[in-house]
Amino acid sequence: MRTFNKLAQGTLAAAMGLAFSVGALAADITGAGATFPYAVYTKWAEAYKTATGNQVNYQGIGSSGGVKQIKAKTVDFAGSDAPVPVADLEASHLVQVPTVMGGVTIVMNVPGFESGKLKLDGMTAADIFRGAITKWNDPAIAKLNPGVKLPDMAITVAHRSDGSGTTYAFSNYLAKQSMAFKRDVGAGNTVNWPANGVGGKGNPGVAANVQKIKGAIGYVDIADAMKNNMNFVALKNRAGNFIVPNQQSVADAAAGADFHVKGMAPDLLDQSAKNAWPITTATFMLAYEKGDAAKQKGVVDFYTWSLNNGQKMAAELGFVPLPPNVVKMVEAEMKNIK
Amino acid sequence: MSEPSATAGIDLHAKQVRKFRLQDRFFHHSTQIFAFVVLAALVGILVSLSIEAWPSLKAFGPSFLWTNIWSVPDDKFGALAAIYGTVTTSVLALLIAVPVSFGIALFLTETCPLWLRRPLGTAIELLAGIPSIVYGIWGLFVFAPLFADHIQPPLQALLGDVPIIGGWFSGPPIGVGILTASIVLALMVIPFIASVMRDVFETVPHVLKESAYGIGCTNWEVVRNVVLPYTRVGVIGGIMLGLGRALGETMAVTFVIGNANRINGSLFAPGTSIASTLANEFGEATPGLHIASLFALGLVLFIITFIVLAISRWLISRSMGSEGL
Repeated sequence: MRTFNKLAQGTLAAAMGLAFSVGALAADITGAGATFPYAVYTKWAEAYKTATGNQVNYQGIGSSGGVKQIKAKTVDFAGSDAPVPVADLEASHLVQVPTVMGGVTIVMNVPGFESGKLKLDGMTAADIFRGAITKWNDPAIAKLNPGVKLPDMAITVAHRSDGSGTTYAFSNYLAKQSMAFKRDVGAGNTVNWPANGVGGKGNPGVAANVQKIKGAIGYVDIADAMKNNMNFVALKNRAGNFIVPNQQSVADAAAGADFHVKGMAPDLLDQSAKNAWPITTATFMLAYEKGDAAKQKGVVDFYTWSLNNGQKMAAELGFVPLPPNVVKMVEAEMKNIK
Repeated sequence: MSEPSATAGIDLHAKQVRKFRLQDRFFHHSTQIFAFVVLAALVGILVSLSIEAWPSLKAFGPSFLWTNIWSVPDDKFGALAAIYGTVTTSVLALLIAVPVSFGIALFLTETCPLWLRRPLGTAIELLAGIPSIVYGIWGLFVFAPLFADHIQPPLQALLGDVPIIGGWFSGPPIGVGILTASIVLALMVIPFIASVMRDVFETVPHVLKESAYGIGCTNWEVVRNVVLPYTRVGVIGGIMLGLGRALGETMAVTFVIGNANRINGSLFAPGTSIASTLANEFGEATPGLHIASLFALGLVLFIITFIVLAISRWLISRSMGSEGL
């Protein structure tokens, strides 16, 4: 009899467990897209599951893949580094909000130069990255670094070989600085790097090339640059100050931007705040204006929870949290996800 | 009484024969289906590649094959740089791998002490099982820096001033590039070529070799005049297997080739291959001509592989013909 009771209890528990998991399944949501915020989204999803029991799946398949998937209505939300144009948002009935910010840093491997000791401005950086300046002791670089002896060494430009949001932000910044860069290299996810360029796959690939090749200069996002303990270039911002990138200088850039635009994607590049890091970017989440009520609520719940509880986790991973006033605006914008 | 039982026996026999025939037919048809699945997949891949590549083929025409430009911002695409990188790295890899593999196979079959044969042979087969990404990571993090510091500068000093050849070794020694990719590829195909060569060398009848040794031939003479002629078909097959692997290798090459969509005369310079361009750009390719051109590149690789296969068939049939086999 006792055995029977135990058995009955076990069955009951199993049935309840099943019912519970079925209940949880109903609110499960799936997203796909940008790989840049993958670490922070999965971290949020994990913490969110612990807190609420709801499952969020995010697949880092790349920004354009994510946008394709949400337009094809195969996911509940998508991530994209490059903001989707307003006309596209309206045509596909999508809502776009920023999630976290980051910065693209210029890193270098010049013997004798520690992090932050080499100064460049946007124009000179553009000339280096389009292959017009090919030696480290070029007069243009020397002029920005008075009293410093620069080596007679060839410059190797380390760039991304895969299409990426990092390249998108970086090439757009340099194209703003120099028409010649825009003409020779272009701006986008994949661009035409100069003849002294060497391509690496992903941020880790670029980081490895910069660290292994003497005389290399490259660009990676802040999180990867810090993780790899790389040497930063101090870059002159619009206010005329040489800035070494960190989370604060990225936050300063965002504080000066006006997010009151449709799609919430103001241009964060080259902001005029005193200590703003010039190459600041945001990454975005896309959701449908209308859809299955349970799924839509799942998306809003997940992101609202992350906005309120996940900012510290994002900072620990090297991302920069949204400023408080932007968080309020995002919460207002999410009312459009019904 | 004996009559009915005899017919019963015949009936039973006929029944059994029918059953066997049915089984045979079933076996024949099911294996035929399996074989045709492969053919259908091949045709399917070819057709879908062509359909997806069509916008690019229409826009650029056959000049896609010999145009040296790959510009995503301008939406202009040509395959020459990728074809050059693919063919150059594969041919260089074979130039390195074939003599080494030949040496390995000869040592293992002709002069290796018996106790060493097993462990050495196993080691070579194990090398073939390492995933290609491991070769890529090793190439990028270990081999490329060593190559840049200790091999490229002396090579440049030695050959840099020689006319014609000097240009192959010009440019800053950055470690990654066409030559590095070729060397890593060579390491990857050596186990394949070496183990095939070893297996075919072992098929040479001992009596042939012993007769040659008996009339006073040296080791080399035996190899040159007995082993190689006897195994020519297998050796060519092994080399072609290696070439096929080198042409299509993706991850390892992506890591070490330097991924620059251009042709540079120097072997130290970064380049690109068809497979590495696909691996790099497919994920974030913009719809339209870019995607179509990537599919067109895939089609080109398909055709190159087909040509290589055809040449190897022709070589094999020729050498078989010359021996009257």
